[in-house]
Amino acid sequence: MTHSAAKRRKEPAPGMVEKRGLGLWFTHAIMIFGVLIVFFPIWLAFVASTITQPEIVSPPMPLWPGDQFFTNYKKALFSGVNVPVATMLFNSLVMAIGIAFGKIVISLLSAFAIVYFKFPGKMIFFWLIFLTLMLPVEVRIVPTYQVVAGFGMLNSYGGLILPLIASATATFLFRQFFMTVPDELAEAARVDGARPMRFFWDILFPMSRTNIAALFVILFIYGWNQYLWPLLITTDPEMNTIVMGIKQMFPSGDDVADWPVIMATSILAMIPPVIVVVSMQKLFIRGLVDSEK
Amino acid sequence: MATVELNNVKKRFGLVEVIHGVSTKIVDGEFIVIVGPSGCGKSTLLRMVAGLESVSEGEIGIDGKTVNDLEPMDRDIAMVFQNYALYPHMSVRENMGYGLKIAKTPKDEILQKVDAAAKLLQLEDYLERRPRDLSGGQRQRVAMGRAIVREPSVFLFDEPLSNLDAKLRVQMRLEIRDLQARLGITTLYVTHDQVEAMTMADRMIVMNAGRAEQIGTPLEVYETPQTLFAAQFIGSPSMNVFETTVADKTLSVGEAIIPANTKAQGPVTAGVRPEHIIADENGPLSITVQMGEPLGANTLLHGRLGGTSDAFTISLPGVHHAVAGEVIRFSINSKHLHFFDIKTGRRI
Repeated sequence: MTHSAAKRRKEPAPGMVEKRGLGLWFTHAIMIFGVLIVFFPIWLAFVASTITQPEIVSPPMPLWPGDQFFTNYKKALFSGVNVPVATMLFNSLVMAIGIAFGKIVISLLSAFAIVYFKFPGKMIFFWLIFLTLMLPVEVRIVPTYQVVAGFGMLNSYGGLILPLIASATATFLFRQFFMTVPDELAEAARVDGARPMRFFWDILFPMSRTNIAALFVILFIYGWNQYLWPLLITTDPEMNTIVMGIKQMFPSGDDVADWPVIMATSILAMIPPVIVVVSMQKLFIRGLVDSEK
Repeated sequence: MATVELNNVKKRFGLVEVIHGVSTKIVDGEFIVIVGPSGCGKSTLLRMVAGLESVSEGEIGIDGKTVNDLEPMDRDIAMVFQNYALYPHMSVRENMGYGLKIAKTPKDEILQKVDAAAKLLQLEDYLERRPRDLSGGQRQRVAMGRAIVREPSVFLFDEPLSNLDAKLRVQMRLEIRDLQARLGITTLYVTHDQVEAMTMADRMIVMNAGRAEQIGTPLEVYETPQTLFAAQFIGSPSMNVFETTVADKTLSVGEAIIPANTKAQGPVTAGVRPEHIIADENGPLSITVQMGEPLGANTLLHGRLGGTSDAFTISLPGVHHAVAGEVIRFSINSKHLHFFDIKTGRRI
């Protein structure tokens, strides 16, 4: 909010001061309360990542950060429990970006085909794509595993990314967007001499960029948060992604859990999605609310 | 510069035939307006010339070459669309130069051609803007600029003025006409507005239900409409028509009998334009006024033709304060009477 806007808000029309003031306080109180509730566990995780193991296990647990920040985070990033967290972060990044990019490219192209071309079985293909919406990863996980194992893609980036790359949701979104683009635009491009792929690159792609940005944010987080699939196909700790890796850090049997390192890993796991959301927030919101036509 | 030839052009969507064979020859540099009501097939015809719709039957030739199977880009045409169809993410300059860019024209040549077109259309100050920052009239000019820079043989306009307000429409009408005259490019212009057709056309094609009812200069169509449809579609307010009988060069209207200089005989559809009646206290005909529309320069009076139940409109010069129920007598010069076959609607 700009300074002048803030000033204006503090000086409402005479006669409305009390009511408005009260309402403002009340809504803010509720919002702050909500934020505190949501934020508290994250704060606890952060606190736990800055103190020592004995401090955590002896109740009551402290509520303010300790002095072990650098020690714990250094340990997590470069040695970890099974594998350095830096490796897991990199794996997650490759997977999330791979999934987001792959899904966007494939769904852009399939939506382009469905909207702008006439071919036999067009509606059948569309509905087949649409049907896959009803089959989440978990439902088809056993046959998918079989296929990926058959291709020898266990413990590889290809195995992590490819099975998750087709997206009915994104195809559907782009289809809806393309259908709102006036037909005359395609015709004008045709008269101007643009072949279909030229039209796609020069006109459709730039017009979709806010949609692409919004989708990228959603898909990046989707990819980042994948848990079950990486858990199944990565047996080599070197290929673990961070979200499943946190779980792998939990000890089996009677070993002692290294809570400060686990908590530091959790905090680290949160940072990239937050960066993506915050840095693309403007484009993201524009992509969801308006389209340039 | 090119001629355009339509040779019995037909269009079918599935089994439904929407254009039933249109033939005409358009000479180099001519301004042709295709006019007709919504759904008469005028836009489809234009889109067939553009190459955006396939031709079901017949031939379309541009400059003596059959273009039926050519892509739009290979036909040497440029088209202006009803909603302008500007690329929203490109600046005015990029919009105008896009066709040249695809044709791999050298950059400095594009620059020069776009600048020249922008000067012609008074768009120089807007070249770096996006279409959404322009007014309707400016967008219209950009769309025309995009057509001009490509230096096509044929311009195609698809109802280009229907999204503009009335005043701007008149202005753009003149601008388009002037531009076409200066560039001398053969033009096909589709509109549903008969005023546009009358004022802009060298020749017009009056279309109805997929047929060309009449092809001719605006005044030809106005003065000697070949069909009942053309008679009623061209001219505002539209021609009065009524069914009657002709016997020995006389015409009975209600109880009145007036001379009619025609070879028609028996039952016919007769027509007379509202502006062609002569107010005359001793005239043989009369109208019982129901409603008046003062337009300032003239006054339209709507009512019933005396002795019949046919709706009739007359136009009187100047201001006339009409009262409902008033009876006004008038006469008609027989040269202003039109006669049409009662079954086919063709001129007799």
